[in-house]
Amino acid sequence: MFVRRNPQLNKNDELIHLLSIEGLPQSILTHILDTAGTFLSVNERDVKKVPLLRGKSVFNLFFENSTRTRTTFEIAAKRLSADVINLDIARSSTAKGESLLDTIANLSAMHADMFVVRHGESGAPYLIAQHCAPHVHVVNAGDGRHSHPTQGLLDMYTIRHYKKDFTKLTVAIVGDIVHSRVARSDIHALTTLGAPEIRAVGPKTLVSGDLKEMGVRVCHDMAEGVKGADVIIMLRLQNERMGGAMLPSAGEYFKTFGLDAEKLALAAPDAIVMHPGPINRGVEIDSSVVDGTQSVILPQVTFGIAVRMAVMSIIAGNSA
Amino acid sequence: MSRVDSLDAEALYIELLAGVRRLLKPDGRLVGIWSGGAWLVERLQKDLGLDGAPGVISSALHRDDFSQRGLSAGADHTKLPFEIEGRHIVLVDDVLYTGRTIRAAVNELYDFGRPASVALAVLVDRGGRELPVAAQCAPATIELLATQRLSLARDDVGKFSFEIR
Repeated sequence: MFVRRNPQLNKNDELIHLLSIEGLPQSILTHILDTAGTFLSVNERDVKKVPLLRGKSVFNLFFENSTRTRTTFEIAAKRLSADVINLDIARSSTAKGESLLDTIANLSAMHADMFVVRHGESGAPYLIAQHCAPHVHVVNAGDGRHSHPTQGLLDMYTIRHYKKDFTKLTVAIVGDIVHSRVARSDIHALTTLGAPEIRAVGPKTLVSGDLKEMGVRVCHDMAEGVKGADVIIMLRLQNERMGGAMLPSAGEYFKTFGLDAEKLALAAPDAIVMHPGPINRGVEIDSSVVDGTQSVILPQVTFGIAVRMAVMSIIAGNSA
Repeated sequence: MSRVDSLDAEALYIELLAGVRRLLKPDGRLVGIWSGGAWLVERLQKDLGLDGAPGVISSALHRDDFSQRGLSAGADHTKLPFEIEGRHIVLVDDVLYTGRTIRAAVNELYDFGRPASVALAVLVDRGGRELPVAAQCAPATIELLATQRLSLARDDVGKFSFEIR
């Protein structure tokens, strides 16, 4: 019988690439979160370095601009003692018309051991994983609107850190979900980890009814969406949406779907507020909430480094 | 040379206690290697009447077989509730074999500071060294086959025993 295996797993069901959260068993997600805990304590030491990836070359291939995500991957790789090469794609061969696979082949000829890839096209990291040599590992740093697995994982780490038990949580994800790879990864992770109530909250243009297929409850009313929620994940409102007539204006959006103190008061009293960043103060979230006691937005960044260290060390230790 | 069936962990612990008492310098600290060593220092700390908590070290992040074995699940965190810099350390483990765990543990220790000295105390030395590592205290020596695994076990009331698989 021909069984199609998840391309992220080797024949022993161990993780060799991280391409998306979809299809990963709960045991692998939990293993990553547990390992991240170890690296969190490494990051608090004076010597924030362990030799796990010593001698390995990690290539950051960011076809879409991102200083933040790229920097956290670079910090994570360096703390694992890897050599990090950042590829400035805009000024590179791609601008001269080179195909993605040719770029990968060229970099492989330079003995790259790991590619961290962010690309505007959904599926690009999968293509790379299919075509690279067996000992090379791929981490998806965001592909199109499809998946941002390390963000999903660090969001789960954050939730587990503050709330402990996923099986008792109500989580509200608010904002431009239909265009958000972060939201997709969060939803897959939450359903795999057993969160019973996940709500997708936002205007009809940004939160479509068929999100129900992913196992979430769709809410077009903010008050209904955040009521009693234990976790609120705010997504950045991208300016492009407003230009494209999906929304009236930033001010209008903030009135109906922005998170301010008044709306936050409808959630559970110990609810935590998360945001993948960068935040637009006064557009999707009020300053008083960003700077308030319930916000865990900055700890998310700290956890993000530990989670990326965990992902890279786990995949580097498993062979194809 | 002990026989396999004569390894009495509790009796060996008494000898280890005496040995560690001799090795421990003034203001020195105990550090146990997870997991067998950690159990031992927990009891040694009490029996020696030492203040505070002993240190625990995991060799997981400095292992030399990472590319073959990968990162194991639940790698336990190192917890060192004191400064390593300038400190006399007694490192404790249950079984000394190839010496690779000790090498990794000392490397991990060095990530925290430069110790004044490190002495090694183990319950059993089973020979088979692959690195130049020696214990300053080892109440029992035993010879086992490479296929056999010797490890310390602890029951619900904290009593030690040896398992050979």
